[in-house]
Amino acid sequence: MSITAENNSGKPVISIRNVWKFFGQLAALKDICLDIMPGEKVVIIGPSGSGKSTCLRTINRLENVDKGTIYVEGQDITSSEHDINAMRQNLGMVFQSFNLFPHMTVLRNLTVAPMKLRGLSRADAEERALLLLKKVGLADKVNVYPNTLSGGQQQRVAIARALAMQPHIMLFDEPTSALDPEMIGEVLDVMVSLAQEGMTMVCVTHEMGFAREVADRVIFMDQGAILEQGSPDQLFNHPKNPRLQQFLNQIL
Amino acid sequence: MSTSNDPIDTEQAPAIIVTEGPAMPNPREKSLLNAWSLSFLAAVLTLAGLCFYKPDPYWEVMKFVPDGLLVTFQITIISLCFVIPIGLFTGLGKLSRCRPINLLASTYVEIIRGIPLLMQLFYIYYALGSMLKVSPTVAAVAALSICYGAYMGEVFRAGILSVPKGQSEAARSLGFNRFQTMTLVILPQALRTIIPPVGNESIALLKDTSLVSVIAVADVLRRGREYASQTFEYFETYTVIALVYLIITLLLSKVLSMVEGRLSRYEHHR
Ligand SMILES: Nc1ncnc2c1ncn2[C@@H]1O[C@H](COP(=O)(O)OP(=O)(O)OP(=O)(O)O)[C@@H](O)[C@H]1O
Ligand SMILES: [Mg+2]
Repeated sequence: MSITAENNSGKPVISIRNVWKFFGQLAALKDICLDIMPGEKVVIIGPSGSGKSTCLRTINRLENVDKGTIYVEGQDITSSEHDINAMRQNLGMVFQSFNLFPHMTVLRNLTVAPMKLRGLSRADAEERALLLLKKVGLADKVNVYPNTLSGGQQQRVAIARALAMQPHIMLFDEPTSALDPEMIGEVLDVMVSLAQEGMTMVCVTHEMGFAREVADRVIFMDQGAILEQGSPDQLFNHPKNPRLQQFLNQIL
Repeated sequence: MSTSNDPIDTEQAPAIIVTEGPAMPNPREKSLLNAWSLSFLAAVLTLAGLCFYKPDPYWEVMKFVPDGLLVTFQITIISLCFVIPIGLFTGLGKLSRCRPINLLASTYVEIIRGIPLLMQLFYIYYALGSMLKVSPTVAAVAALSICYGAYMGEVFRAGILSVPKGQSEAARSLGFNRFQTMTLVILPQALRTIIPPVGNESIALLKDTSLVSVIAVADVLRRGREYASQTFEYFETYTVIALVYLIITLLLSKVLSMVEGRLSRYEHHR
């Protein structure tokens, strides 16, 4: 996988420049700098409260930053005149708690955004949705409501919903943390195949197996700062930072 | 209305507290021996019994009632047509991040909630009416709409807040703007939590239309008063009117609980 990233050594698709974020007195992000290349798979790890979600959510401006700039595909998304809604269409996001729309069928969950935002006809949107549902292994669940699905199934639908907008980049915030252990695999499988197709991915996850298999780069965050980054092998097998060593001892 | 105004309840989804209108019957309570069935049976039997055994005053009153009842319903329904949109916009306004709109909506609710409805009715009819020359019916509808619009604003606000934050985040992250997020994702879900309290407010509104009888709107209570002042049968007349109100509100609350039961069948996703 790392080959793709190095081949694309042009401009970063995401460039986080000296970003600070405060919640009241608390500095959730402290001078974060991070460049992500096209096709790169980045996994962010770190203890609870270290700012992983906040960092991810600043990329599509679900959190506004207090200082610094973020460029996505060359555009400064932190400037107030930037059309964030247009940019978000190219940034898929998957949440820990799935957040499917409970009042819509699975099919409608997948077609509503492409139809309203990309201007697809119903037929085209449904065709695309069916293909994606097949891809995540849920072609038989087209017309059911999300509440009838298991957690793993809901998360796969959520991934398909994000993909239906044909985003250039996918953001995952602990997509398997709310799942029963036996359902984690089915969601990770979908994410692995997405990675193999060359999607640019930023994942916050505690699934170290996934990180080893897929990540080009692993980022370790603690208390709002990036303390160490490198290949999975470097980070997991030869950690330098004592906080990272401690963290790995706790979770492995 | 008991929806509190604390800043805290913007944090967690607040429960919508139902305080007005008759107690809603629990759709799962099948036994005949519940408060709703008892009151309903008692009201219907009493009214029927009185009309049958003493038709002279009671049936005579009953014949006087329908005109007024029609007016009561008309005023309720026309007012509701204003109350629902006013409530929606007030609720949205109170949640708006635009300071002037927010302030406007909050001030409206504060002022209206602090003044008794009867006072508002007098104010619109006598104080403003002397300048604007409004008819009693217009004044009645205006007062009820303005007053209940404020209450309904709180209901809508609570309903919108009851939709988990993740829903709007999911919608926004797909690229929907605020308006699309509200209309496609938040309001359809809020509606389900809103329907029971909206129904209760509507029943309370129907009862409060009785106040308009004081400004010469010929609603059911006014008609009763006219009848009684001719015949001096105050006790008999008001007994009949009270029973009619009771039967109507009990029936409406039954309908409401059936609607709610139907909605809750699709509600397992919470
Ligand atoms: N909306 C908010 N208001 C106030 N504080 C917040 C808010 N969101 C996050 N925080 C705080 O910011 C810090 C970073 O939070 P964040 O959610 O980014 O951590 P995280 O690394 O994702 O943790 P977890 O693994 O538990 O998800 C935490 O201390 C958290 O309490
Ligand atoms: Mg998090």
